Amino acid sequence: MQVSKQATFEYLLRLGDTALVLGQRLSEWCGKGPALEEDIALTNVALDLIGQARMWLSRAGEVEGAGRTEDQLAYLRDAHQFRNPLLVEQPNGSYADTLARQFLFDTWHYYLLDALRQSSDASIAAIADKAVKEVAYHARRSADLVVRLGDGTAESHRRMQDAIDRLWMYTGELFDADSVDASLIAAGVACSPAALREPWRQQVAEVLEEATLAMPGDGWMQRGGHAGRHTEHLGFLLAEMQFLQRAYPGATW
Amino acid sequence: MTDANTGAIWSWLDAIPDPEIPVISVIDLGIVRGVHWEADTCVVTITPTYSGCPAVTLIREQIVQALGAHGIGQVEVRLQLAPAWTTDWMTARGRQQLAGYGIAPPAQTVIDISGITRRRQPAPKVACPHCGSAHTQVVSQFGSTACKALYRCGDCREPFDYFKAH
Repeated sequence: MQVSKQATFEYLLRLGDTALVLGQRLSEWCGKGPALEEDIALTNVALDLIGQARMWLSRAGEVEGAGRTEDQLAYLRDAHQFRNPLLVEQPNGSYADTLARQFLFDTWHYYLLDALRQSSDASIAAIADKAVKEVAYHARRSADLVVRLGDGTAESHRRMQDAIDRLWMYTGELFDADSVDASLIAAGVACSPAALREPWRQQVAEVLEEATLAMPGDGWMQRGGHAGRHTEHLGFLLAEMQFLQRAYPGATW
Repeated sequence: MTDANTGAIWSWLDAIPDPEIPVISVIDLGIVRGVHWEADTCVVTITPTYSGCPAVTLIREQIVQALGAHGIGQVEVRLQLAPAWTTDWMTARGRQQLAGYGIAPPAQTVIDISGITRRRQPAPKVACPHCGSAHTQVVSQFGSTACKALYRCGDCREPFDYFKAH
């Protein structure tokens, strides 16, 4: 089945923007981590994600065929043109907020990439095959820390539970599919987001239980990332990330 | 010179150190997939290690420079993503050199990506590169670069880098 170039481009932007925005968020911890080991870990995870974003966005530029590079896609689009889910643009908050976001994300990211290894699009399969190795490591680490903090002191338990509760409303859209997904799923290029839901829930439930944390009920879910409707936080993140290229167009080093 | 045989080129590549871990060559690191000629251009195909590893850019430049120094004017370094790089491709010599440099080589074969359930993940047994003791513990899951974790030896008390299985 033939898939449209536009759909593949959109899908690659979703993958690339998701990794890029979270990579940028995590890099905000550089030099400020609560312990040296955590500082190093978060910036290394950021590095992996930015590396993955480069591969997705380079490929997006090739597929689009308009001559846009990974840098142009990263630095010269405005917030409404970004296609990441709202979860990854949420502020770092406390360390519990950062870890809760990372755990909910890493778990989803692992199942997503694992499924995309079977993509009928050879480039997508190759990038997923490479990235899933890094992300399996991230997912184990963030699960481990959620358990340590959840089943830690009364204070760390309370903060971790608050963070999970607060971020829960951003997990719903991770499993949404729209018309872009539909055509790509039919062609075997994309995986079904809905199919990731059960394994994600199972793993999240298992880790939260071990962490002595309660799994939140599904209430109102915030949506809009895939359509470019973002929370107010993304604009601030982009302002910092894009400043240099906006102020000095074409600057290189 | 455009007709250097590929065997000679492999040996020249073997003299290019990894920029972050200069005791091992890019060959020992297991990232060089192939060397061939396309008309007057020498094409070297490499597999990047970690997606965000900044050393990859430097390695590409070093390859062009090193082969240029041997008289090959036109070099193209191609990146090949699939199959993904794994520490299983490091040579036995590379592993020995890592250990001699104070970095524990990968203790397992390729990272298990078949699942992320915590209950199935025993930590790898890593031997101390200084005293050989198996009595070691992880201090940090990431070290000075993305490919390493930080460990400490319970016997000689020295901290050391561990090159993670990937």
